[in-house]
Amino acid sequence: MSALMIRDLHKSYGGLEILAGINLEARTGEFIALVGPSGCGKSTLLAMIAGLETVTSGEIWIGDRLVNSVQPKDRDIAMVFQSYALYPTMTVRQNITFGMESRGVPKAEQAEAVKRVAALLQIEQLLKRKPGQLSGGQRQRVAMGRALVRDPKLFLFDEPLSNLDAKLRVDMRTEIKKLHHRVGKTTVYVTHDQVEAMTLASRIAVMNQGSVQQFDTPKRIYDRPTNMFVAGFMGSPAMNFIPARLTGSTSISVRAADGSDAALALAAPLPAGAPKDVVLGVRPEHIYRFTTDLKSRKPAVESMQAPVELVEPTGAETLAVLRLGDLEITGRFEPDDAPVMGETITLGIDMSRACLFDPATKALL
Amino acid sequence: MSTRDLTIPVAAPATPWRQRLGTMVPILVLAPSLAASFIYVFVFTLWTLYLSLSNSSLMPTYGFVGLDNYASLWANRRWNIAYTNLFLFSGFYIVGSMAIGLLLAILIDQRVRGEAVWRTIFLYPLAVSFIVTGTVWSWLYNPVDGIQAFVRGLGWTDFSFALTANRNTAIYAVIITGIWQSSGFAMALFLAGLRSVDPDLIKAAQIDGASVSRTYRKVILPTIAPIFLAVAVIQIQFAIKTFDLVAALTRGGPGVSTTFPAIYVYDLMFQRGQIGEGAAAAMMMLAALAVVLVPYSLWIVWRRRTEGRNG
Repeated sequence: MSALMIRDLHKSYGGLEILAGINLEARTGEFIALVGPSGCGKSTLLAMIAGLETVTSGEIWIGDRLVNSVQPKDRDIAMVFQSYALYPTMTVRQNITFGMESRGVPKAEQAEAVKRVAALLQIEQLLKRKPGQLSGGQRQRVAMGRALVRDPKLFLFDEPLSNLDAKLRVDMRTEIKKLHHRVGKTTVYVTHDQVEAMTLASRIAVMNQGSVQQFDTPKRIYDRPTNMFVAGFMGSPAMNFIPARLTGSTSISVRAADGSDAALALAAPLPAGAPKDVVLGVRPEHIYRFTTDLKSRKPAVESMQAPVELVEPTGAETLAVLRLGDLEITGRFEPDDAPVMGETITLGIDMSRACLFDPATKALL
Repeated sequence: MSTRDLTIPVAAPATPWRQRLGTMVPILVLAPSLAASFIYVFVFTLWTLYLSLSNSSLMPTYGFVGLDNYASLWANRRWNIAYTNLFLFSGFYIVGSMAIGLLLAILIDQRVRGEAVWRTIFLYPLAVSFIVTGTVWSWLYNPVDGIQAFVRGLGWTDFSFALTANRNTAIYAVIITGIWQSSGFAMALFLAGLRSVDPDLIKAAQIDGASVSRTYRKVILPTIAPIFLAVAVIQIQFAIKTFDLVAALTRGGPGVSTTFPAIYVYDLMFQRGQIGEGAAAAMMMLAALAVVLVPYSLWIVWRRRTEGRNG
């Protein structure tokens, strides 16, 4: 049974269409990430699931209930906000019990629930403090505590980590993952950070301009992006897009730095009816320094020459900017085996991992 | 670069005049207003304090008479009425205008249509001077050609509305007029406060299942508590200075029933030539103000310190 089902959901303000026909479903216990650039409608979608925004048309099902016109409090959901939205004049304990008090839960039961959640999140020593006296990470925990105490059908997270500094963000990301593992509640998580989406979610919905571009597992989204938007948005550094010409059913040619054409064999033949001009999408980590040894290990590797324009060592890996025709591509190398600036290297491109796109429709071929 | 540049100004015998002028300008600009506020606030307060202990009558004189002026002031029934009126008026005026202002602000905060129009209408009384307000409302209260005459003209011939004609109710006429004048001001401040509340807080309360009234009582209003204090302090000093509103509305009457300390001070000092006793009355007004403002400023200092400690 699915915990959340969204069918052909539309939202518009006046004439402006924010969401254009969203279809999503989350199985019970699943962790769904909604990811996309700002303004893509992901937060609006979350607010509509929460009942904070009205539905223009379409259906939202939570469990086996159509909730289009159900009040937020009756939807059996809990939400963690980007700003945490902790009630500033209440103590942590009062923040956590506010919802139960509103629903008239008996005092003893409230105390029991607070104890359980405080132990789970290790915030027992903070219960008497006010939000103003807490650090960012502690506020984050309290906000999650307030959501957890409800024991809802559905957890909604609205960019919960974007107010934290980089190190804390990574720590809290791990904690959210552990927490989800332990609690096992269906979760919808909005973020603009593709790394968060990749690490946390069991399935990702990549959104752009009010529609879902691809809804799939992180691996499928990363390896087989359905179009150039998804391919460019997921992954950092971004996928390289190289214009190429079809020269046969299983070969393409790309323009090298010296103006000559380099022929690359495709790992699999293109479907019939593919356009003559295509875009070759290669992730930086699928670009290697070509050796015969590499070719024997990865038979689909194709080679070509490219001068190195710039080298950026980051410690764990070294990024090199390489010239190809009149565009620059980024390759990711082992620091020990990294090219040097000014050198012309023989590249190995793993064609079995490469994607081909139609430049007109931007769709995966 | 650094060593050379850093040592030169120290070694140079005289700073260039431009630089000296640069440091002088803020002092020069601020000096007149600093001097003026020092003289008008502190010097004149101390002078008034001294006069209140002197035997000044028509002109300031400096024979020391101790607390005689205060004794005769408090022996006067009219002063007692004025001082009581001050507290009665301040209490009702502040509570009333804050309550109405808050109600209006909450109503407008519901995203009503034509919000700007309502805001302007409610804020408008503040743009009218107390003299004009007092004069207009004195006509409204006037039994012969005000509200009473209008309603009687409609047919309810035994309708009675003559607050200002009765010495027991005249003070309420002043209070109502004061509330009318300043509840729009309170509304503007409250509305600004309500709008500054993080919208996510309200959404969180909605998901938590709190009703609208509970959301306001438990979440929104506690969050804007500092604004309540600010409004109250501003209103209190309005209330204590009340002079022109009463002067135009009731002239302190009927009898002495709506006399206020400010009117009484003016009377003693400039009409009756009792500057000593007038100064004593002025000091009592200062005392009334201090009762409110000293705890407030102490609280501000205390809060700043505790915040500094936590931050």
